Amino acid sequence: MVLHPDSSTSADTGQASGRFDVEAMREQFPILTVRPYGKPLAYLDSAATSQKPQAVIDAMSPFFSRDNANVHRGVHYLSERATEAYEGARVKAQGFLNASEVEEIVFTSGTTGAINLVAETYGAAHLGEGDEVLITEMEHHSNIVPWQMLCERTGAQLRVAPISDTGELLVDELKALIGERTKLVAITHVSNVLGTVNPIREVTEIAHAAGARVLVDGAQAAPHLPIDVQALGCDFYALSGHKMYGPTGIGVLYGRRELLEEMPPYQGGGDMILSVSFEKTVYNNAPYKFEAGTPNLVGVVGLGVAIDFLTGLDREALAAHEHDLLAYGTEALLLVPGLRLVGTAPAKQSILSFVLDGVHPHDIGTILDREGVAIRTGHHCAQPLLSRLGLSATARASLACYSTRAEIDALVAGLETVQEAFG
Amino acid sequence: MSNDLGDLYQQVIIDHGRHPQNFHRLGDATRTVEGVNPLCGDLLTVYVKLLDDRIDDIAFEGAGCAISMASASLMTTALKGKRCEEALALFGFVHAMLTETPSDELPSAELGKLAVLSGVSAFPMRVKCATLAWHALRSALEGKNELVSSE
Repeated sequence: MVLHPDSSTSADTGQASGRFDVEAMREQFPILTVRPYGKPLAYLDSAATSQKPQAVIDAMSPFFSRDNANVHRGVHYLSERATEAYEGARVKAQGFLNASEVEEIVFTSGTTGAINLVAETYGAAHLGEGDEVLITEMEHHSNIVPWQMLCERTGAQLRVAPISDTGELLVDELKALIGERTKLVAITHVSNVLGTVNPIREVTEIAHAAGARVLVDGAQAAPHLPIDVQALGCDFYALSGHKMYGPTGIGVLYGRRELLEEMPPYQGGGDMILSVSFEKTVYNNAPYKFEAGTPNLVGVVGLGVAIDFLTGLDREALAAHEHDLLAYGTEALLLVPGLRLVGTAPAKQSILSFVLDGVHPHDIGTILDREGVAIRTGHHCAQPLLSRLGLSATARASLACYSTRAEIDALVAGLETVQEAFG
Repeated sequence: MSNDLGDLYQQVIIDHGRHPQNFHRLGDATRTVEGVNPLCGDLLTVYVKLLDDRIDDIAFEGAGCAISMASASLMTTALKGKRCEEALALFGFVHAMLTETPSDELPSAELGKLAVLSGVSAFPMRVKCATLAWHALRSALEGKNELVSSE
């Protein structure tokens, strides 16, 4: 790899023994030393965006000083280096998702960009009057609104599979909603509000048996779970770089090769064509026909290093660490008087949403902020889910590889301050 | 709690947030406007009954944080009986108090109890909470029956 011969830095975190050294991990994230209002930072908002390891930070600036040129175009030295870096990251993304072919990896601006791409190409080509798109009650707005827009244009119907009060997908009800009119099932892998991990494999089998395709929103899963699109059996998988320790403005769409090949192109422009005349344009093949214009080169480079970072970790040790924190946080929060956890599905990942009697989440967030504790408050871009739960907002603490028990303790202590203020 | 947090969450605000005044539907309202804060999804409805260019009655409904509820509650108590142009002038004073650096130029006499909201200016992320009801009010007085946003 041209850019980062030393891509093994992420192995230096002491997880090889199976024990997770969170302090060594934290040293890789320089932002964690920031002291808001003179207090230690407890960054519990990684589900909104993760912080970036030094390796990712260090990869982006040198690209501009050593490798920058446009890709796929030049015959010169720098263009070749830039193209090699860009296509090298595509191979890393292929490995990260265990896609069978590198042509199945499309770079997008993020999960939102990826879902819109599928809605506007696959959706526009395959959905018509009376067809159906099935989503679930726990989707993020980015896995709702593109389908609503598609339905408005095509006359298709949006159907919604329900969840239980604890935040579990009701698979039998989803199954009952899938019929011969269902062309696509769009479902999140991990809920950004509830933390629920959905049974994607099972959903995929049900959908495929009925002839429907499956798109998985992997934005919240990618930083936590090993992803294997072949084992999941899904047709599309979307993720965002910035949620998985990479930069903003870059994401990946995985699509089965045969689907990508027959899909119409997305945006028109340079790089997505084989030949252009004023009479006729011949489109490039997948994935290039979906990547019009000069891409986010440095974003792709940063994403590649973020993938190296994640794949370099002992994933079992990471999972054990994150599971331990979730269990510790759950127990600690349940001891706070008047606190109710929102989302208590048995299969759950790294999210602690809650409401507190008599205090609006925004007020909680402001008071915690002054204690150095960063959480997200509001509807988390999932207003239909919040309505389903009879809420307008929650407070949400979310965990990452660098999160600690001490940060959860700071959250709980901050909640005591909240209750004193509102006592 | 830190000093500016204490300024933000003064007891008056917590009390109004918990037990808002004029918190009901107004059956004979002549103007009704909904205000939404897209940041948090909070939604409140402001009802105004105008009589000869005067606010004969005013009330609100909705759900929100302590700041938005207290601001709406204080607004209704301050504006009952005021002429429209007085209410719009007060909108300007409150808006300035919330969004500008503190100054002596604001008419403390006219702001009255509303001055307890001045601590919000130290919390830029929360200004929209405090202005939500006021934007809905202005829209109502200007005769627009529409959804307004505090963006």
